[in-house]
Amino acid sequence: MNRKILSLILAIMMIVSVCSFVSCGGNNTNSEGNTVQTGDNSSQKLDKSNIKIGLITLHDDSSTYDKNFIDAMYRALENLGIDKSQLVMYTGIPETEECYNKAKDCVNQGCNVVFADSFGHEDFLIQAAMEFKDVRFCHGTGTKAHTVKLDNFSNAFAAIYEGRYAAGIAAGMKLNEMMEKDSSVKPVMGYVGAFTYAEVMSGYTSFYLGAKSVCPDVTMKVKFTGSWYDYDKEKAAAEALISDGCVLISQHADSYGAPEACEALGVPNVSYNGSTESTGPNTYIVSSKIDWTPYFEYMINCTLNGENIAQDYTGTVETGSVVVLEVSKNAAEGTQKAIDDAMEAFRQGTLHVFDVNNFTVTVDDTTNASAKVDADGHLTSYLADVDTDEAFEKDTEAVKDGYFHESEYRSAPYFDVEIDGIQLLDRSY
Amino acid sequence: MTDIKKKSHEPLFHVSKNDAAPVSKSITIRIIAIAVALVIIGILSFVLIKENPIEIFKALFTGAFIDVGTLIQNTSLLLMFGLAVVPAFKMKYWNMGANGQVLVGCLASIACMKFIPAANPEIDNNIVILCMLAAGIAASVIWAIIPALFKAFFNTNETLFTLMMNYIAVAVVNYFVFVWDKSGSGTLKTVNFSFGSPTFRKGWLFPDSDKYIITLVVAVVMTLFTAIYMRYSKHGFEVCVVGESVNTAKYVGINVKKVIVRTLVLSGIFCGIIGFLYASCLSHTVNADVGGKGFTAILVAWLAGFDPLVMVITSFFVVFINTGAENVSNVFHLNSNDYANIVVGIIFFCIIGCEFFIRYKVHFNGKKLKSAAKEAE
Repeated sequence: MNRKILSLILAIMMIVSVCSFVSCGGNNTNSEGNTVQTGDNSSQKLDKSNIKIGLITLHDDSSTYDKNFIDAMYRALENLGIDKSQLVMYTGIPETEECYNKAKDCVNQGCNVVFADSFGHEDFLIQAAMEFKDVRFCHGTGTKAHTVKLDNFSNAFAAIYEGRYAAGIAAGMKLNEMMEKDSSVKPVMGYVGAFTYAEVMSGYTSFYLGAKSVCPDVTMKVKFTGSWYDYDKEKAAAEALISDGCVLISQHADSYGAPEACEALGVPNVSYNGSTESTGPNTYIVSSKIDWTPYFEYMINCTLNGENIAQDYTGTVETGSVVVLEVSKNAAEGTQKAIDDAMEAFRQGTLHVFDVNNFTVTVDDTTNASAKVDADGHLTSYLADVDTDEAFEKDTEAVKDGYFHESEYRSAPYFDVEIDGIQLLDRSY
Repeated sequence: MTDIKKKSHEPLFHVSKNDAAPVSKSITIRIIAIAVALVIIGILSFVLIKENPIEIFKALFTGAFIDVGTLIQNTSLLLMFGLAVVPAFKMKYWNMGANGQVLVGCLASIACMKFIPAANPEIDNNIVILCMLAAGIAASVIWAIIPALFKAFFNTNETLFTLMMNYIAVAVVNYFVFVWDKSGSGTLKTVNFSFGSPTFRKGWLFPDSDKYIITLVVAVVMTLFTAIYMRYSKHGFEVCVVGESVNTAKYVGINVKKVIVRTLVLSGIFCGIIGFLYASCLSHTVNADVGGKGFTAILVAWLAGFDPLVMVITSFFVVFINTGAENVSNVFHLNSNDYANIVVGIIFFCIIGCEFFIRYKVHFNGKKLKSAAKEAE
């Protein structure tokens, strides 16, 4: 009897709730009515005491990638004198409708600007931006802001290929040192990549070119894991590369897998996204990383002042976004000076990583189909996929004035040329 | 006197089966379990976060209501996952594969959404949506009946089989993402979301309306259907008989194989509808994280005693706790998912643990000893 009454009550409750929600939904189908009035258009002046910032991250601070964003956000708030209670942060948000829901939660809690850090978050953030026009949405690593042209949606990245190049110099000098000590050492580097994606390809190519600038005979082998974060696969890939004859390893993947494999086997490692010296005290050389603090400060200041946030923000060495950490004791002598010189040259604009004279390219039916080269194999033209579309069409000429213009037509990298000297052992699957 | 001494060698307590615990008692025990869980959480939160426990509980209890639409959407989705597995559970067929079944349903819907409008941009949106629904259901049904056929004809272990089918589904999805995403990022961008393209938002269901309404409507229909199907239909009765005793079912002339396969077809249809909703209305893309409520749904169904109507409450409760714990992490800047996982774990541990006290009676021998001693005096 109890059960019957219970089920009857529940059934009635459900029917009533459906009716009420359907009817209320009918009244504001365009959902503008739900928009919380915040920020620029409201009469209340926005200042440091009442601004609210949202941050959505893919993992939590146990991932080096997301930790980099979380730490930068706290630093930016501290630098600007904003209390951390004004930060709404959701960690561990997958690249599904959950991201849109959390963006909405941020808006509901009065956020004026919301940042999400993962590539797959982008479209969900765009949907939120279309709906909540008074709130600014910023997205790290995304590619679409310059084509969707929404006033309140923008992309951000950094010219990290310059930092990679500088880290590559450290790797090249280490190789020179190893060859001097033991003439049987061959300058072969190994690289653990996540996916065969422009961001990764731009990273390992600039790293390789940095090494090549000081060690002209260097070659590199690349293995892909097919995952942005997989400790076991990254470790296994590093071990495979080392047994394949690689004497120095670098990586673009977010776990400590590769540095740990290097430490165990005594192979020098050049890291990314932060120092791994604690994991590899005897093998860690140097790390390049993006410091998101300058961007977060810029983003918050623009919001405070009611100014537009650049649709595509590319942090540089000059803005402090591209950073090479201090070299460790394991680096070759003179490395710090060489890195500092390179960084200064980037600041002056005198050094171009993808100078076509620094590398050669082989064009055939399967690789580099959109490239044109001269008789020496130097790049003369390359169509890059800058505007994201369903067909993945190559749309923008990127070679001009003798170098490949990376991170200029949009902030996220689009260099995906396969250059000579780098051998891809597999492709991401 | 010697009599009592002998008795003192008995264990401290013993348990006996308690088949017919009254409903009021089982509800009381569950409420006590939740209260105990909250006390443990309170103490633990105070120790870990070192903030006012009242503030922590405030964050925990208000978190779910930051956005009522999201609350309704998540509750409805979890409920639907639960409804997809519950008829099979009633039959003691432990379907652990709701995640995989939904994922392949979503994948099939996405495939239709991606290729039909691309081949024919002029096509009517309703046709695209119907194709997506049909493909989603077909894919999920196939994924659900493969283990069911093996169970029915070869008596394989369905728990492991359905569980492993989840991993195969993830691998299949990863494969198609790799093939479809030519940029190599390993992420399939939201389908039909290029501004200005003729296929913009083709296959999207109610893109401008609040999405929680559609999930709510589907969840209500599914709940009522399942409740009626299980309680009043001949099919539902057969499912219960098979669950109680396969031999009885055989004896009264029920075709057990047919019942198993038929019930799993129903599960597949439900999963297909959920997958279709993810594709057309919620995520508009597919990756290994889409859906993913299949395991929590087992808990939802179990806590509700496999009653579809009670599952409304249990799924709400699970979402309420989950969102609340996330909110605590946010408010107190824990920078981590760990706290939310711990809180949810404690609550479920207590609730599942209390099932023991509902099913069994605990007799403390000490009391008996004393009373025996009194009697002896």
